[in-house]
Amino acid sequence: MNAIEIKNLNKSYQNGLKALENINLSVKKGEIFALLGPNGAGKSTLINIICGITKKSSGQIRVFGRDNEADYKKTRSMIGLVPQEIATDSFERVINTLRFSRGLFNKPSSDRYLDSVLNSLELSHKKSNQIRTLSGGMKRRVMIAKALSHEPNILFLDEPTAGVDVALRKTLWSYLNNLKKQGVTIFLTTHYIEEAENIADRIGVINNGKIIIIEYKKKLLKKFGEKKLIFTINRKNKSINTINSIIKKYELKQKGNKITFNYTQNSKKDPASDLLSELNKRSIRFQDLEIKKNNLEEIFINLVQK
Amino acid sequence: MNIRGIKAIYNFEMSRTFRTITQSIASPVLSTILYFIVFGSAIGSRINDIDGLNYSSFLVPGLVMLTILNQSISNSSFGIYFPKFSGTIYEILSAPISPFEITCGYVLAAASKSVLVGIIILATSSFFIELSIIHPFWMIFLLILISLTFSLFGFIIGIWADDFQKIQLIPSFIITPLTFLGGSFYSINMLPEFWQKVSYFNPIVYLVSAFRWSFYGNSDVNIKISIFAIFFFLGLCLVLISMIFRSGYKIKT
Repeated sequence: MNAIEIKNLNKSYQNGLKALENINLSVKKGEIFALLGPNGAGKSTLINIICGITKKSSGQIRVFGRDNEADYKKTRSMIGLVPQEIATDSFERVINTLRFSRGLFNKPSSDRYLDSVLNSLELSHKKSNQIRTLSGGMKRRVMIAKALSHEPNILFLDEPTAGVDVALRKTLWSYLNNLKKQGVTIFLTTHYIEEAENIADRIGVINNGKIIIIEYKKKLLKKFGEKKLIFTINRKNKSINTINSIIKKYELKQKGNKITFNYTQNSKKDPASDLLSELNKRSIRFQDLEIKKNNLEEIFINLVQK
Repeated sequence: MNIRGIKAIYNFEMSRTFRTITQSIASPVLSTILYFIVFGSAIGSRINDIDGLNYSSFLVPGLVMLTILNQSISNSSFGIYFPKFSGTIYEILSAPISPFEITCGYVLAAASKSVLVGIIILATSSFFIELSIIHPFWMIFLLILISLTFSLFGFIIGIWADDFQKIQLIPSFIITPLTFLGGSFYSINMLPEFWQKVSYFNPIVYLVSAFRWSFYGNSDVNIKISIFAIFFFLGLCLVLISMIFRSGYKIKT
């Protein structure tokens, strides 16, 4: 059974704005799913509808097989949410805000469990501090601790590392991986492609309220992963005409002695090998050879710009 | 029923009260003491008895009512408005808690604070007058019922308000004037006949009258009519709240 199953979900506002259009999406139990998209693409709206904060216009959402409206008490008790904005009661103490969250989600009090959450997020030493005295990064971790306080099966993180320094970002990634190992399903939205590339199992791309693609990260990288073969030709090469004919044949880009070949590799075709064989056959020598792989960021930009 | 959720909201709200004890409790007590000094001792000594009561004694139920109406409204309106303002409402809305349970948490906390303040005011007034309560059960019952009703009303204001000014709008421009003109500081019978009739359109008259009846056995309005009026207002607030939650008005987009 999928952790989340969304069918034909639509959201329109009274001013006519279509925030989400015919969203179909399933998130597998125990995976980390990253939803990528530019600002205003509909990422937060989608999370807010699943969690019950925003009303849908039409469609169906199931959380572990249960309808998120008809059976909202059951579905919400399985979900933890870390919203995009840091929203806390500044004057409340860290431990008290966690006790509040746990109670709100109808869980019996357990300071032992809350202590373990604080400990894993390196917040134990701040448990009696008022939230207003914490740094931005610590407040972000308090938000995560609150979402975990009721032992959810699914954790939603809406841009969890926005404005967080690199070191803390990496700590959070490792923490999310640990949660995944414990069986928690993680759904995150992010602006940072690096984040999705590092921790996600599957990636969805959303733009203008529509899902453009959903794919396993590795497949996505492979599918859209254009490679670059860059080689610097030797000035001692005899025939410039031969080189020019190869440039034309393979649509190479030349900048001085540097020649770049953009290609997509798949199981049937290996254009790089063909090019290298041809260069060898025609006795064209090169000084340097480099292969660059497109990263997710380039794939994302290509998809969104289409 | 998510009892733990109701308790979490209740405890959270009560802890806010005790964290801001000066504003929540000390301030209304100080105001009451000042009312007693000015209207009870300074001016009250020159006012004739009303319905056989000296003015200081007559004043007590009205003063308690004035305070608990304002306290109930401000406690619950602020209680629900502040999470909307700070953004923490996301947690309430995404929790497995029904609209009825959310309302219970906030309204019970606001009403508890009001009852507590009401009792403290009564205790404070006992330093100035010899307090007599003919119907103590009814007094407590009415104190709780009125606190609950106006906490519900405040909860509606808190949902409706989208800035701090709106939270103050109804208490300042409707509730306080109606309370002052609702017989808190005088008997309706003291007014000319025309204004007596006008006063019966003021719902606060029924509250003050019922509450004063529980103390001294005298009232401007029949106690049964007063209690019916309070329950009518309570029912009206409940219907409004259920409509608000059903439509998601000012809570969900």
